Amino acid sequence: MTIQAMRGFFERLGNRVTSGVWQLGFAARFFAYMVLHSGTALRRFSLTIREIYFSGVLSLIIILVSGLFVGMVLGLQGYHTLERYGSSEALGVLVALSLVRELGPVVAGLLFASRAGSAITAEIGLMKATEQISAMEMMAVDPIARVVAPRFWGGVISMPVLAALFSAMGIFGGYLVGVKMIGVDNGAFWSQMQAAVDVREDILNGVIKSVVFGIAVSWIAVFEGYDAAPTAEGVSRATTRTVVTSSLAILALDFLLTALMFTGGTAT
Amino acid sequence: MPDSNIVEVENVWFGYDPQRPVLRDVSVTIPRGKVVAIMGQSGCGKTTLLRIIGGVYKPTRGRARVLGELTSGLDQDGLYAMRRRMGMLFQFGALFTDLSVYDNVAFQMREHSNLPEDLIHDLVMLKLQAVGLRGAAQLMPSELSGGMARRVALARAIALDPQLMLYDEPFTGLDPISFGAIARLVRTLNDALGTTSIVVSHDVQECLDIVDYLYFVADGQVVAKGTPEEIRASSEPFVDQFVHGKIDGPVPFNYPAPDYTADLELSEA
Amino acid sequence: MNRSTIDLWVGIFVAAGLVALLFLALKVGNLASFSAAQTYDVTGDFANIGGLKVRAPVKSAGVVVGRVSKIRFDTETYEAVVTMSLDSRYRFPRDTVAKILTSGLLGEQYVGLEAGGDTKMLANGGRLKLTQSAVVLENLISQFMFNKAAEGKGSAK
Repeated sequence: MTIQAMRGFFERLGNRVTSGVWQLGFAARFFAYMVLHSGTALRRFSLTIREIYFSGVLSLIIILVSGLFVGMVLGLQGYHTLERYGSSEALGVLVALSLVRELGPVVAGLLFASRAGSAITAEIGLMKATEQISAMEMMAVDPIARVVAPRFWGGVISMPVLAALFSAMGIFGGYLVGVKMIGVDNGAFWSQMQAAVDVREDILNGVIKSVVFGIAVSWIAVFEGYDAAPTAEGVSRATTRTVVTSSLAILALDFLLTALMFTGGTAT
Repeated sequence: MPDSNIVEVENVWFGYDPQRPVLRDVSVTIPRGKVVAIMGQSGCGKTTLLRIIGGVYKPTRGRARVLGELTSGLDQDGLYAMRRRMGMLFQFGALFTDLSVYDNVAFQMREHSNLPEDLIHDLVMLKLQAVGLRGAAQLMPSELSGGMARRVALARAIALDPQLMLYDEPFTGLDPISFGAIARLVRTLNDALGTTSIVVSHDVQECLDIVDYLYFVADGQVVAKGTPEEIRASSEPFVDQFVHGKIDGPVPFNYPAPDYTADLELSEA
Repeated sequence: MNRSTIDLWVGIFVAAGLVALLFLALKVGNLASFSAAQTYDVTGDFANIGGLKVRAPVKSAGVVVGRVSKIRFDTETYEAVVTMSLDSRYRFPRDTVAKILTSGLLGEQYVGLEAGGDTKMLANGGRLKLTQSAVVLENLISQFMFNKAAEGKGSAK
């Protein structure tokens, strides 16, 4: 490789890193501004309710169906593995803990990011491309307070609800497969589950995770939409970035939170 | 500032990239109650000038005084206070697609005042009647034609009876009937409301019929200005080329390129 | 989609979420047993608590009667002081023995209470005087090996 080519490579690498850091700083300032100007979203709650409808209620079907299937698969796979060690009665424990601690928040988060997150990004990006954001600014209405903040809070409120519904459906799915189809003892299924799942350790931590994921996904979705280039191509790239960045963020945060919550920080 | 000038742009320089200024030493005065056109080719800087007057950008050099305030001295609250006295019509309307026509026009009234809904209803009907679309109040923007959408956007812009109206290429892409309708509305609304209007456009003939004064911008500078009579009679080469739509003149037909025969010989070889 | 329909659906949505959460807490988790019950505290000193953790169960005759609420180290006696929150429905005599036991062979540790015969009952803040520490596996093994060695010497004589 020539000196020129190497130099070009490092220049571009440095450029990517600096622009990445700059973007992160910009995103952080955007987040702070949005939270500080959330007064409108809270005072005129109907705006936020509308957004809860669009990101939460419209995601119900995919969340419930996915939850059911994930729970059913857990029941099936779990049974066949536990059976080998004679512990098939612990199926309830396996299904419940997997869902409540991990799969509920994470899978619901990933589905939320791809369904609702991308929709939010596209909507804000299109408003920017068709000058609706500029029009709002020229009418002396802060677009971040009026358009962005309600969508952010709508996502933050919807996410834990969706995760709880996912987990509940999944446990029901595991029950259907395990008890109804395969024939694991009904009493053992529920009683062992109740003994092993702790409200504070498992369920509350799962809820905390889903809230954290909700904040991350909603923040990324509104930021990418607001920052999109005002062209068709720009909007499409922004929605892709939302889904990819959100998914990676969820998985990384999941590792961090799991390490903190379930191993008491000893793993880190 | 003389009380009769709503906008005073003095020796303004501006560039999105500081090394490449889009506006160079531009000075424009808009007297109260007049309709003034800013004309020029695409990309000459006229929309940028409009944005500077609207406070979206602050001039790198020079001063822009709008409605008695220096735009560069305003913080966000001051800027918003100034904009409540302005109305802007965007190029393609920029209506809020998730709201009906009625809600679009009522938007500013609901955001900036505590008027009861029945009063807002009367005001909205008033504004829609002025643009001739009172019957379309319940339609959604997606159901409107381009001309109708533009008129609704106009009704929305005048909702709070602004002191200054800014029009960003209001005639773009309209059929002759809608074109005529908008042009007439710009003039009659200005006179009826006692507003001052700035129209950025490149539709010369229409503008010559409705405005009181024109500025011509080319290459980031004001190259000509005058009343419609003065402009029609002008022998200034740029104005002449622009007004009469001549292909070649001060603005060349050919984009700068190397010698033609040399280019052809190269491809033959 | 008008305002009232949206409000209705959002209301149903949030209500469903709360129901799901309630279902998880009650049917799936162990909230039903134990949270609202009245409790009283007793303490016990142990030479070695082994792997006992806060919130480990306190059982008597195999039934959960309370939870370990606090574990601290006494710098004067150099022993562990374990505070237990017991369900107010169950009163124990003052000569009750507290032992640290293991559930299963290698499972988690809990406190087992064996009731004594005293007529006076433990009150809130009472102290269990009779305790037995956890069995530490290493000590068990070294003791076993020591016994084996002693046996070997004895039989050799």
